[in-house]
Order: sequence, then structure tokens, then C-alpha cells
Amino acid sequence: MNVVLRIKRYNPETDSSPHFEDFKVDVQPTDRLLDALMFVKRHLDGSLSFRKSCAHGICGSDAMTINGSERLACKTLVRDVADEEDAVITIEPLQALPVQRDLMVDYTRFFEFYRVVKPYLFPAQHVDKGEHLQTLEERKKFDDVTKCILCASCQSACPVIREGTDFIGPAAIVQAARFVFDSRDRGIGARLDVLDAANGVWPCENHLECTRVCPRGIKVTKAINLTKREIKTFKEGGHQNV
Amino acid sequence: MSKTQTHEFDAVIVGAGGAGLYAALEASSIPGNRTAVLSKLLPIRSHTGTAQGGIGAALGNVEEDNPEWHAFDTVKGGDYLVDQQAARILADDAVQAVYDLENRGLPFNRTLDGRIDQRRFGGHTRNFGEAPVKRACYAADRTGHMILQTLYQQCIKNEVAFFDEFHIVDVLIEGHRCAGVVALELATGALHVFHTKAVMIATGGFGRMYRTTSNAYANTGDGPAVLARRGVPLEDMEFFQFHPTGIRGMGILITEAVRGEGGILRNREGERFMERYAPTMLDLAPRDMIARAMMTEINTGHGILGDPSQDDYLHLDATALGADVLAKKLPDIREFCQTYLGLDPADKPIPVQPTAHYAMGGIPTDLDGRVTADGEAGVYEGLYAAGECACVSVHGANRLGTNSLVDLIVYGRRAGRHMAEFVRQADLPTLPGDAATHAEMIVKRSDKKPQPGQAAKIRTSMRDIMMDSVGVYRSGAGLSKAVEQFKALRAEAQDVGVGDTNQAYNTDLLEFLESQNLLDLALVTAASAAHREESRGAHSREDFPERLDERFLCHTLVTVEDGSIRFATKPVDTSIWKPKPRAY
Repeated sequence: MNVVLRIKRYNPETDSSPHFEDFKVDVQPTDRLLDALMFVKRHLDGSLSFRKSCAHGICGSDAMTINGSERLACKTLVRDVADEEDAVITIEPLQALPVQRDLMVDYTRFFEFYRVVKPYLFPAQHVDKGEHLQTLEERKKFDDVTKCILCASCQSACPVIREGTDFIGPAAIVQAARFVFDSRDRGIGARLDVLDAANGVWPCENHLECTRVCPRGIKVTKAINLTKREIKTFKEGGHQNV
Repeated sequence: MSKTQTHEFDAVIVGAGGAGLYAALEASSIPGNRTAVLSKLLPIRSHTGTAQGGIGAALGNVEEDNPEWHAFDTVKGGDYLVDQQAARILADDAVQAVYDLENRGLPFNRTLDGRIDQRRFGGHTRNFGEAPVKRACYAADRTGHMILQTLYQQCIKNEVAFFDEFHIVDVLIEGHRCAGVVALELATGALHVFHTKAVMIATGGFGRMYRTTSNAYANTGDGPAVLARRGVPLEDMEFFQFHPTGIRGMGILITEAVRGEGGILRNREGERFMERYAPTMLDLAPRDMIARAMMTEINTGHGILGDPSQDDYLHLDATALGADVLAKKLPDIREFCQTYLGLDPADKPIPVQPTAHYAMGGIPTDLDGRVTADGEAGVYEGLYAAGECACVSVHGANRLGTNSLVDLIVYGRRAGRHMAEFVRQADLPTLPGDAATHAEMIVKRSDKKPQPGQAAKIRTSMRDIMMDSVGVYRSGAGLSKAVEQFKALRAEAQDVGVGDTNQAYNTDLLEFLESQNLLDLALVTAASAAHREESRGAHSREDFPERLDERFLCHTLVTVEDGSIRFATKPVDTSIWKPKPRAY
């Protein structure tokens, strides 16, 4: 089938503002949208700029806004976003992250927020030999948030961030939650200055957009709410991991 | 072109996957060592993250196991082309390496008594081949994702300096001393010289030479190609693994753990055909044997279409596992099937065909990750390699499942440790006055005016030739022709330009450089395969179907100089187990 890729373009060396450009491509309904973008790049316009790598939804490189919604281009099939001949598929960069060129956005600030939550284990105990023990129940408690691939779809979709606030955002909180709810970790105190700050967990207003767009199906909003609750419990002296 | 900048470090690691990050952890744990990691990708995008099923280590948490069995399986799985002391180190160190990862936070799946859970994988056996053993430690079917995350987290903790989206263009070698690397910064188009006491190459694989592959777009063999251009020989390039179960047409990997948990391969008659090829290990035989069995089934009309002239396939039947096991132990696999095939593997078999997956060969190194020169000529001082781009050699002619992750962790760590110690004592070598000249020339070539579609045509031809003539089965005639075709394609590629003339974020230029690297590696892969007139592991010659130890129980070293290809050999370490015929 033929579809039209309506791509938002911006070249910092030549353009004063972004504009849309259409590319008509012949595709199979079961092709990935990334396949269609690669066809444009390799056969129609080599200057089209976007990131990609694993091409099956694991590396997080090709998050973009497709028909108004954040998705991974490699995890979106043409038939998911186009149902008829000559359908127009609108492709834009992620929102709320500065555009570098075409569909490429600047992740610098995103990864700064990731780093400040101290996304590494503060071990509860030193293990001399072998592994920490962890029950199936304890392991299950943080399983969902381990799936995060840091693609920033949630960041882009978050209405609070789109307002231009300093909210550290859903992804950083998901990364913090991955440790806060790990029975082997004792780092909630060390993360409190970031999580409990004015731009920490509290700006979240439960719009649920992060959960809706997460390509890994993480219940992001739930993780944020659980983290809020855990911070309160901890400050009242009751955090179970202490 | 923008002005070239120069940076000074004690150690520079190229690549931010499992091997590179583990090396960075080691190098950065010595106070005062200035360590930098260059990656052509953004953080945690590296291909290690896509590894699925598990990391092998003889913990014995679920049933009796020991590292000696693991080492033996590795040697036999590699069809005796494995260096046996290297395999012992791999298996012995794997145990502590897995505990280290767990201690640093890696969320492994657990047993009922709270220990790291383990499952079966191809070629891993109890007591030297008696029966399958549960050796693969796993975090659902995202073990690589968890390893990559854990290592990156620890690097943040150690405040390692990262240069993201820096693409390696050249390595500076004078005599046998490495003095640094030259890299292209994607954001600006500028070249950067990294002047350093030691360099580690950890750029991963190069499966993108093939039409159907499980590999990421980024897997273009930049490290080995750059070194080869500087005269460093490459080892055992003829051995390229096809993973038996890629999603039909797309090549997306379906982990061997599906078979480890009980999945079965079936032909169009519904027969479990592996009973005829590997009566003991069945669907858990090594990958090379299963991939060959599948191609034989397809070529004799037992594929699902029953028509070898089409791109035929077979079925991976996981319906017996049930929805619950799939959800708990293989959730991503289930999701891939739903996303890309519109089917649930709990209800329907998965259409699969072999997919180009892993390079056993690469940059030759010693047991400490130091890059070695031709045969006995010693090492390159201050030059290291680890991970898929390197060849220690622990995989020999065919890698066992899970051993890629083991290799990253064990040899990434060993090489990192050795390098950290080396830079503590070494002086900064003199930087050549013309450090960036060679790199400028490589990047400059792209200034020629491109003809529309020409680059794509060359790339497509390369991938088709590799698939058709340098695939699961090979023949002398096909390989010789492939070598000539690659020579012609390389010549043609000299005249291909880059359409995008901008400086900032020029991904067109990046693809141009990557294609050159792939073409160079395709040539040496085909040439090495033509040179080895026997069948061993993943290298299957229709015209030489037997393994010939008298002539070929040796590693291949290949060098390309001024268009002519030179071969040398290197002995295999068989100091523990005598080579035997291989049966499963």
C-alpha cells in the first residue's frame, strides 16, 4: 500500500523554524514504521535525521511522536497507524525535549534527571560470598519498573513537563522506584533530597499520560504514586527497607 | 570541516556495551586514572541490552554443576577450536562475575529459596555431555538489558566520563605502540583526537553484513575494521553464527530459552525433526547444528511452505509452555510475537528461520585482553579489545548460548583490570604530529557527489551476497565469487559520496563510514571462509564436509594490505581435552 509520511523537519544550519515535508512510500501493512523511515533515508533523502538501533523495541533510540502520540518507530507497524491507501502518517520529534535536527532531540537534561536520583544500588548488607537472598515476593515488587528503556516517551507526554516546569519527570522516578522497592537497597534516604524536593515526585498530577504512552507497558503513574507514599512512610519512620 | 580538538586521558574505551562498561568500572576504580568511554550511541542503547535468555555460570543453585563441565561444553560447542585455558578462565570466573553483578544490584529471577534461578540452554550439559543442565542465570528474557543497566548505573556512581555519539574513525599505532584514537563527534561533525596511554576496543559485532540478522543497525564492526586498516590481523573471521530462531523475514531474535523451557522445533509434517539430528540434546543441541538441520529440512521440502525456492521457514512450538510460564519467564518474547506477528505463542507456533547473529572471530587478544600481532610477534602495547569484537578465543568455531554475556563480563573485567594496572605505570606515548590526517582522509572521501540510491544498492548487494554465499552452508565456488564481488563493491564504494553536506548530526555520513567498515569485514569473512577447506562449527563447506584436524586445527589470521589478502595461522590451545568427533 502507499502511505504519506508527513515528517516535521528542522535543520539548525539552514532553517529558522521547523516545517513539514511529505514523502510517499510503498509499504506493507506489516512493515515497521522504522522500515518506512529507513526507505526514505536510503532512497529518497539521505539528510533525514533520526536515531535508531535495535529495531525491535528494546534500545529506546527511536521514540518519536507518531500521529500525535509518543511511540517507538520500530514497535509501530504501518497497519497500527494507517488503515487506508494514501493515508497520511504524521511524524514529529518528541515534545518537550529540545530538537537537534529533524526527529532527533536533546536528551542531555533527561539523563541529568536520571543521574541525580542515584540510580544504583545502596546495598543493605555486604555479601562476602554468593548472592543476596531475595524472595519471589520481594523480587516481584519492583519487576514492572525494571523494564524501563529510558526512551523518554513518558517525559514527552507529561502535561506537567510540557508546561515548562522543572519536574524531574516520570522516567527518573521510575528509575528511583526500581531501587526504592528493591529489598536489597537502603538508598531512599540518600535520594530524598531529590525525590522529596519541590520538583521531585510532588508535581505529578496523575494525568496518566506516561502510563498510556509507555512502550514497555510500565504502570508509570502507579510507580510514582507508590514512591510518593513510600517517601511519606519513610519520613514517618516506617520505610520497610530501613 | 570544524577544527580538530585534542583530549588527554589515561585510558579510553571505545564502546559502551557490557565489555566496555565493565572495563570502565575496573579502570575507574583506581584513583587518579582518567578514564573516558566513547560510544556512537546514547547511553544504554548498546546491543548488549537486547540479549535475552541468560548468562551461564555453574552456580549449582538448582542442580549439581561445576565450572569444569561448563568449560568442557564451551570447548566441545566450539568444535575444538576454542583455546582451552581461555575457556577454563571463562567458566571459573563466570561464577564470581555473576555474584558481582547480583551484588551490584542486577535483579535476577529467583528460586523458591531466594537464590539466583537457573535454566537450560543449548549445549550446556551435566558431566561432559550426559544431559542438559540448568546453568543459565536469567532476569526474565531481558538479561542483557539488566546487565547493561546495572553496569551503566555503576559507571554513573564511579563518575566515568562519557563521550556519547562519538564514532571511531582511526586508531593511532606507531610500531607496536598505541597512542590514541580519532573519533567523529556526531553533534558537530568535528574530529577529536584522544591522546591516551591505552585504548580498549569494545565495539561489538557486525551482523549487519547479512540480509537477515538479529543485530542492531549499530552493529557495523567499527573497531575491527579500523584496526584492520592499520594492519592489525583479524582472527577466525570465517566463523559467523546463525541463531536458529529469528522471526521469519525480520530476523528478530527468539531466545533459545524458549527451547530451554520446553519449546520444540517442528517441520511442516509437525515432526520434531531434531530427534534425527541430535538424539540426546534434541532442540538444545548447539546452534550451528540446529541451524544446519533447519536448512536441510527447508532444502528438502519440509519447510512450512514446502517450497525451498521461496524464503521458507519452520515452526517453534511453545504452546506446551502455557500462558503462565510465558508471562513469567518469557514476557518480551510473547510481546514480540504479538507486536510483529499478531500471534500469541501460548496458542500458536512461531514462524522462525536462522538469522545471522554472532561473530566468533575478531580482534586477536591474549588472556588479558591485549591485542596480539601476527602469530608469535607479541602484543601491541596499550591496545586492548574485549567482547564480541575480540577473539580470545573462547567461542572457537561456534559459540554456546549465554557465553556471549559471560565473555563480556569475564574478559571485559580482566582486560579492564590489566589496562588499569598498565596505565598506572606507563608514560603517555608521543602523539604523532599528523594524528588526525588519516581520519581526515577517511571522512573526506565522502565529499564526492553521490548518485541517488548508489549507496543503498551497494549495501543491499553486500547483504545478499553474504546471506547467499557466506551463510549457513558455503561452497568454494560461491566463496571465491563472493570475494571478487566484494573487491568490486569496495572499489565502487570509493566513488560513493554523502548527500548530506551539513556538519551537525550528519547521520548520512555516519552510515557511509559504517558501510565502509562492513564491506571491509565482509571481504575478509568471505576470504577466510574460502581459505578454510574443511567444515567445523558454524563454518560448513559443502565441498569439504569433514573436519580436518591435521590441516585446520589452527586459528586463521587474515590481513588486507593494498588490496591483497594475506593469511597466517596461530596454534589452538588443546592442553586439557583432546579433540574428538562432536556428537550430541
